[in-house]
Amino acid sequence: MNMKKLLIALTFASGAAFANEGVKLDRAPIDVADLVSLQAGARTFVNNCLNCHSASMMRYNRLRDIGLTDEQIKDNLLFTAEKVGENMNITMPRVDSKEWFGVTPPDLTVIARARGADWLYTYLRSFYRDDARPTGWNNTVFPNVGMPHILWQLQGERSHVEEAVKGSDGKPLKDGHGNPLMKARFETLVPGSQSALEYDHTVRDLTAFLVWMGEPGQLQRKQVGFLVLMVLGVMLVLAWLLKREFWKDVH
Amino acid sequence: MSNPPEINAGRRRLIVVTAAAGGACGVAAALPFAASMLPSERAKAMGAPVEADISALAPGDMQVIEWRGKPVWIIRRTKEMLASIKKDDGIVADPQSKVPQQPEYAKNEYRSIKEEIAVLVGVCTHLGCSPQLKPEEAKADMGADWNGGFYCPCHGSKFDFAGRVYKGVPAPINLEVPKYAFVSDTRIVIGEDKKGA
Amino acid sequence: MAASKKEPVVVTDLGVLNKPASDLLTWVDARFPLMENWNAHLAKYYAPKNFNFWYYFGGFAMLVLVIQIVTGIFLTMNYKPDAAQAFASVEYIMREVSWGWLIRYMHSTGASMFFLVVYLHMFRAMLYGSYRKPRELLWIFGMLIYLVLMGEAFFGYLLPWGQMSFWGAQVIVNLFGAVPFIGPDLSLWIRGDYVVSDATLNRFFAFHVIALPLVLLGLVAAHLIALHEVGSNNPDGIEIKDKKDANGVPLDGIPFHPYYTVKDSFGAVVFLIVFSLILFFAPEMGGYFLEANNFLPADPLKTPLHIAPVWYFTPYYSILRAVPPLFDSQFPGVVAMGAATMIFFAMPWLDRSPVKSVRYKGPIFKAALAVFVVVFLILGYLGTEATNVWGQAGAWLGGAERATVVARICTVIYFLFFLLMPWYTKIDSVKPVPERVTG
Repeated sequence: MNMKKLLIALTFASGAAFANEGVKLDRAPIDVADLVSLQAGARTFVNNCLNCHSASMMRYNRLRDIGLTDEQIKDNLLFTAEKVGENMNITMPRVDSKEWFGVTPPDLTVIARARGADWLYTYLRSFYRDDARPTGWNNTVFPNVGMPHILWQLQGERSHVEEAVKGSDGKPLKDGHGNPLMKARFETLVPGSQSALEYDHTVRDLTAFLVWMGEPGQLQRKQVGFLVLMVLGVMLVLAWLLKREFWKDVH
Repeated sequence: MSNPPEINAGRRRLIVVTAAAGGACGVAAALPFAASMLPSERAKAMGAPVEADISALAPGDMQVIEWRGKPVWIIRRTKEMLASIKKDDGIVADPQSKVPQQPEYAKNEYRSIKEEIAVLVGVCTHLGCSPQLKPEEAKADMGADWNGGFYCPCHGSKFDFAGRVYKGVPAPINLEVPKYAFVSDTRIVIGEDKKGA
Repeated sequence: MAASKKEPVVVTDLGVLNKPASDLLTWVDARFPLMENWNAHLAKYYAPKNFNFWYYFGGFAMLVLVIQIVTGIFLTMNYKPDAAQAFASVEYIMREVSWGWLIRYMHSTGASMFFLVVYLHMFRAMLYGSYRKPRELLWIFGMLIYLVLMGEAFFGYLLPWGQMSFWGAQVIVNLFGAVPFIGPDLSLWIRGDYVVSDATLNRFFAFHVIALPLVLLGLVAAHLIALHEVGSNNPDGIEIKDKKDANGVPLDGIPFHPYYTVKDSFGAVVFLIVFSLILFFAPEMGGYFLEANNFLPADPLKTPLHIAPVWYFTPYYSILRAVPPLFDSQFPGVVAMGAATMIFFAMPWLDRSPVKSVRYKGPIFKAALAVFVVVFLILGYLGTEATNVWGQAGAWLGGAERATVVARICTVIYFLFFLLMPWYTKIDSVKPVPERVTG
C-alpha cells in the first residue's frame, strides 16, 4: 500500500539524526566477520584504551568468540582482572579521572552503538596538536575533547591548518554569508611509527572490535535470522494453502 | 452451516500438516525462553572454581570456603579422626559410598584424594542446613558412642569425619564431595578436577 | 435457576480419540459455558465475508500484545529496576543471559510494531466508518486502549535508563509542570523526587510491568465484547445483520471459525516474517526503534543536543512544539497536544455522512482523509528532528524556522480535519450503498 511505502521511506530518510552537525564522517571500512581484524583491534583496545576507559559490561572470556583461547586471553589481554570470567573493569577511580580530564572517560562497552562506526573511525583519525588545550591535543570531530591522542606514537603529530580558498584571480572566495571560504587540512609535524595507511588499518581494526564488542552476538543474530525466515517461509506456504482450501467455500 | 457427510481427506491432511508444523514452530519458539532461565554467564562466572590455601591449616582444624554460594569444608584430619572413621563403619548407612555423592577419586575409605585432607560440601543432605563440627570430645552432649563428626542442629542428622551419614537419621545420603584437585601441596582448587571442568 | 440438560458435545474429527474427547468436553461443558462461548464467539459468530487487508491489524495487535507480555515477563527475570544497575542489567540480558538478546529485541521490535499495527488498525476504522453507530463504544474502548498503550510505552521507555530514556521522561514529566497552579506539585508527585531519579524509575517499572498491562487486558476484553455485541463492520460500511436467512444467519456472514481463524493464521505468518526481518537484520531500524543516544547511560548533568520521543509519539510532539507560549506558559502547547489525542474520541459524532465507508463517500471526505494522513506523517517526521532541520525562512516570515511554520500549518489542518467534519461530511456527495457486500 502507498502509505506503508511512504512510512518506510520517511523512516530511512532521516537516519543521520545523530551525526555531529557539519562534520563529514569517513565511512569505516570494517568487516565484523574478520576475526583477524577483531583480534588486532582487541589488542589495540586492551593495550591503549583499557587504562582510562572501562568496558565493564564485557567479559574477557567472550573474546573466545573471536577465535582466542583462554590461554591467549590470559597471556596477552588479561590486564585488569585475574580470571577470564571477569569483566573488563578498570581501577582508575571515576572521581579522579573526572578531575584529571574534566570528564570521566566513558565506558566503551556499547560506545559503537551510541556513536556509530563511522564516527569512531573518523574521530580516532582526527586528532591534531593544539597548545591551547590542557592535553595539548584537539579533535575536529569532537572539538575540545578531554581525551589526548593516545595513539599519537603510531600516527605521529599533526597540526590543523585552515586557509582561505582563493579564486582563479588570487582573491579569497566568499561563502553565502559573505565570510571568507576556508579550507581545512592536516599537516604532519612529526611522523609516527606507522604510515597513514597502516594507521588507518589500526584504527579500522580497533573500530571493528568496538563494533563487535557493542553487540558480540551480531553474527549469530543474523544466522538465527536466516533459519527463522526459512522456517517461516515454509509456514507461509502451508498457511496459504490452508487458507485457500477453506476459502474455496466462500463466494 | 452443515457439516459435509464425507470427510474431505485433502483438507484434513492439510490441516494436520499445517497444525503439526505450526506446533513444531511453537515449541521451537519456546525453547529460547526456557533456555534463558539457565545459569547466565555471570552465574557461571560466580560459580567458577575457587582456590583454597591450606598452608596454615593445623591438624584437627577446619577451614570453610564459599563455592557456588555453599560452604565447603576443608579439614586436616588427625590420626584419631581417621581411626574413628573405621570405627563408624557399622553405624553409617552407606559405608562404601555407593550412592554417587562423590567423584571417583573420593570413592574410597576416607572419601578423599589424600587421607589427611577432607573436602566436603557442608550442606546437610536432608533439607540443606549447615551441620556443626562436633569432635569426639563432645561426648557430653552427643552420647557415649560418639566418635566425632558433624551434627546438624535442624533435625538431628549426624555424619562421620568422612561425611558419611549415620543410620536412622533424617538425612538420606552422605555429604557431597565436590570435584577438587591439589594444585600444590598447600593449594586446593574446588569445583574442578585435574582434567579441568 | 437449575442447569438445564445441555446437549452432549460430539467430536467427529479425531478418529479413535472421538469418544474420549467428546466425554471430556461434555464434562467441562456441563460445568463451564464452553460450547456456548465457542459458538457465540467463534464457530457461530458471523463476520462479513468481505474483510480485506485492513482487517488483519486487530488480530495482529492481539498477537503483539501476547508477544510483549511473554517477552516482558522473561525480561523482568533479569532486569534490575535500580538507577545504578538498570543500564548494565539490559546489557547483561543482551550478552550473558542465554538467548537474552532475542528476548530483548523481540520486546523492542514489538513495541514499535504495536504502534504501527494500532495506527493501521485505527486507520481502517477511519476508512470504513467503523466508529459509527452502533459501534461508538467499541471505538471509545479502542481509543482508551490507545491512550493506555501510549502510557505503557512511555513508562517502559524509562527502564533502560539511557540518555533518551532519562531526558525524554524529564521533558514529559515537566510538561505536567505547565498545568496552572498545581503543575509543579503534580510533577513532584509523579516523579517522587525533584528530578527523574531512582524513585521515578522504580514506580515507572511498577506501572509498566503490572498496572498498565492489567488495565490493557481489561480494555482489550471490553473491546472484543463490545465488538461481538454489535458485530463487525466491513469495507462497504453496510450492516450484514440487515439481511439474514431463514435461520437468522446473515447472508453475507461467514463463521469466524474456521474462515477467519485460518485467514488470520496466514496473516500472522506474514506479520512474523516482517517482524523477523526487522528483529534479526535491523533491530535498531536506523535509530528509530532503538535510539543510538540510548546506548549512553543516563547522565542527569548532561542534556543531549537533541531530545526526541520515540517515533510513535512524534506527531503529538510536533504539535506541542508548534504552539507558541502564551503568557509565558507552555501550557497551551500541552493542551493542544492533549486535544490532538483526545479529539479522536469525538469521531462517531463528528462524522455526519449518511454512509459509513469511504467507498461511498464523496471527493471532499477522500481528499480530507488523504490530507490528514499526509499532515500526520509530516508532523511525525518533524517531531523526530530539531526545529531547525529545514533552516530559516526568509524575512517575509520574520526569519522563523521553516519547520516550525510547516508544523503550525499542519497542526491547524490536523484540527480542521476533525472540527470541520460535521460540515464537510454533510455537504459531501455520496454514492448509493450496495444491498449486499461487494468484494
